[in-house]
Amino acid sequence: MAQGVGMFTVPQTIGSVLCCRCGILMQPNAANMCANCLRSEIDITEGLQKHVIIIFCPECNSFLQPPRTWIKAELESKELLTFCVKRLKNLSTVRMVHAEFVWTEPHSKRIKIKLRVQKEVLHGAILEQAYTVEYVVQDQLCESCARVQANPDQWVAAVQLRQHVPHRRTFFYLEQLILKHDAAKDAIRITQMDQGIDFFFGKRSHGVKFVEFVGKVAPTRSRTDKQLVSQDSKSNTYHYKYTFSVEISPICREDLICLPPKLSVSLGNLGPLVICTKVTNTIALLDPRTLRQCFLDAEQYWRSSFKALLSSRQLTEYMIIDMEEARSEENVGGARYVLADAHVARVSDLGKNDRHFIVRTHLGHLLSCGDYALGYDLYSANSNDFELDKYRGVIPDVILIKKSYEEKRQRRQRKSRSWKLKSLNMEVDDGTRGREHEEKMNTEYEHFLRDLEENPDLRFNLSLYRNKEYEPSMASVADGDDVPSVPLEELLADLDLADEESEEDEMVE
Amino acid sequence: MATRLQYENNCEIGVFSKLTNAYCLVAIGGSENFYSTFEAELADVIPVVKTSIAGTRIIGRMCAGNKKGLLLPHNTTDQELQHLRNSLPDSVVVQRIEERLSALGNCISCNDHVALTHPDLDKETEELIADVLGVEVFRQTVAGNILVGSYCTFSNIGGLVHPHTSIEDLDELSTLLQVPLVAGTVNRGSDVIAAGLTVNDWTAFCGSDTTATELSVIESVFKLREAKPSALVDEMRKSLIDTYV
Repeated sequence: MAQGVGMFTVPQTIGSVLCCRCGILMQPNAANMCANCLRSEIDITEGLQKHVIIIFCPECNSFLQPPRTWIKAELESKELLTFCVKRLKNLSTVRMVHAEFVWTEPHSKRIKIKLRVQKEVLHGAILEQAYTVEYVVQDQLCESCARVQANPDQWVAAVQLRQHVPHRRTFFYLEQLILKHDAAKDAIRITQMDQGIDFFFGKRSHGVKFVEFVGKVAPTRSRTDKQLVSQDSKSNTYHYKYTFSVEISPICREDLICLPPKLSVSLGNLGPLVICTKVTNTIALLDPRTLRQCFLDAEQYWRSSFKALLSSRQLTEYMIIDMEEARSEENVGGARYVLADAHVARVSDLGKNDRHFIVRTHLGHLLSCGDYALGYDLYSANSNDFELDKYRGVIPDVILIKKSYEEKRQRRQRKSRSWKLKSLNMEVDDGTRGREHEEKMNTEYEHFLRDLEENPDLRFNLSLYRNKEYEPSMASVADGDDVPSVPLEELLADLDLADEESEEDEMVE
Repeated sequence: MATRLQYENNCEIGVFSKLTNAYCLVAIGGSENFYSTFEAELADVIPVVKTSIAGTRIIGRMCAGNKKGLLLPHNTTDQELQHLRNSLPDSVVVQRIEERLSALGNCISCNDHVALTHPDLDKETEELIADVLGVEVFRQTVAGNILVGSYCTFSNIGGLVHPHTSIEDLDELSTLLQVPLVAGTVNRGSDVIAAGLTVNDWTAFCGSDTTATELSVIESVFKLREAKPSALVDEMRKSLIDTYV
């Protein structure tokens, strides 16, 4: 026979034989029995589970995988199919080829799955067989749902944020930060308290995460405690309530501070009177006379916990009578300051008496003749401060802090702003306060909004949303002189689900 | 007529017995049931001889023979050889051959006229087969298996082969052997035909696992149903009378 490519091979046709049991004509196979006879003879699904009981939690729609895991799955979903197949024992003896759901009425509490399996039988023939497994669904609440059901207000961790200052500016700002970073999404309850806010969480880890978040955005110190709620001494499990007490430093922006001499020396003889310019997780202090800036982080602050001498509530308004030549320019920490001399007089003094002051100010770049500015009146202030009394040097009469737009605001007609802020869902303990407190809150909030308008770096971390109800009035064009306002590019378009517009939450920048 | 039986609870009859038109060899078993079944069927016609070959009971697979002769492997003992020579009729030539492949029953399948052999058999063995058994020898495979003695069995009337044999192979073998062949199974789907079945011109024995279907196939291809004297006359009558008007 010739080897190689041109070899002649006879085409082979498979003949047919009779099935050895039923005698029908069939193609020969390894068992030499027709499929029906094989199937009736051998049942490969023998010994496999056909009825299984699975446990389901109706509150959170999850199924129990013993001993303890709960798996969330929808009916007729891939996860449920995987879960059901995993619950079958002995499936390793056969090879599973296909699995699918058979429709059952959802209220019947039965799930049916049709499986196709293959197994080798008799002389190497592989037999494939389909069979149905029925799962009975039993209802049982999982532990977390049971705990929630028993006591819906049950919290495990509580974070108490406090700042011992008479105003709430910090908490307005913090509220916006929390909203931006979604830090309170795990909170069960948020309560507004005097001088602070309380957050309640269902898990200790959520509380810890929140405390760390606050520690990153404000200078804080915290302590934690726990209280035993229940215990199971047999299995050595204990349930606690954890409390985190977080205190934010009382130093805020625009505060005037008299540094204790030790701290002043350690910072390189920073003049004892400093202004706080920025508070994040560090405090930035600026000496207005030398234009030197330094930063204190939380531990440094709490080691020498000084209080503010004067805070922004005690700002008085001054009018600039005259500005002298700029002395020196500095670019300090990203902000530009110009040291200059100014001739100022209190607005309350204008027309009444002739008292004016000559002051050195760091706001030379902002102010010009005829402007209004806000500053601290040390000349007439009666401060109860040990450090200030001990200070031997010269105390300036006035320290100017910022430019005032009060007049221009009063001229401005429009009441509404083109932007708005969201707010947290807080419970407020209302009854004891009364109307004055509410008005005070509103004015403080208004000040906070004005602050946001004036300071772009304050806005940087927050999300401002476009106000749909705002109509730019024609009068704004005639305003001429600029009142600081938020440019349109910084506003986010708010997600409006109700109208089903295609406007989505995208950064317009 | 085909008979169903077992050797010590094993259905592989063709392993423990050898049936030809002139004699029958049976293995020595614990009980006499096997022997007595053969005796009941065949004793009046041909001698039924109890023996062992090379000390083993698997005599059906160790030897090959037809009515003219019997071939034994080289490891048959002298006593066995002598016993066989004494018990078998004088017309049967008993010969021990020197062959590397000693399971002659697996390598050679024969009837009184033709033999199929393992393709690797020695030349001398082939000549001996032609001599002793008086047959025409063909080297062949059955359904790709070289052990032709195991996977096919045939008598002077018909033959049964491995179920996976293709139609072309079946035709070719049939032409060679000049008997009708059918592909089938024995012992409930087993494809080792010659191990489960032993047959001669008028009778057959197969394992008790053989199903009714298989039995009917065997009886039809080996024409065992009509093995009565009247059948012959009927056949002749059929060929004499062409049509009924």
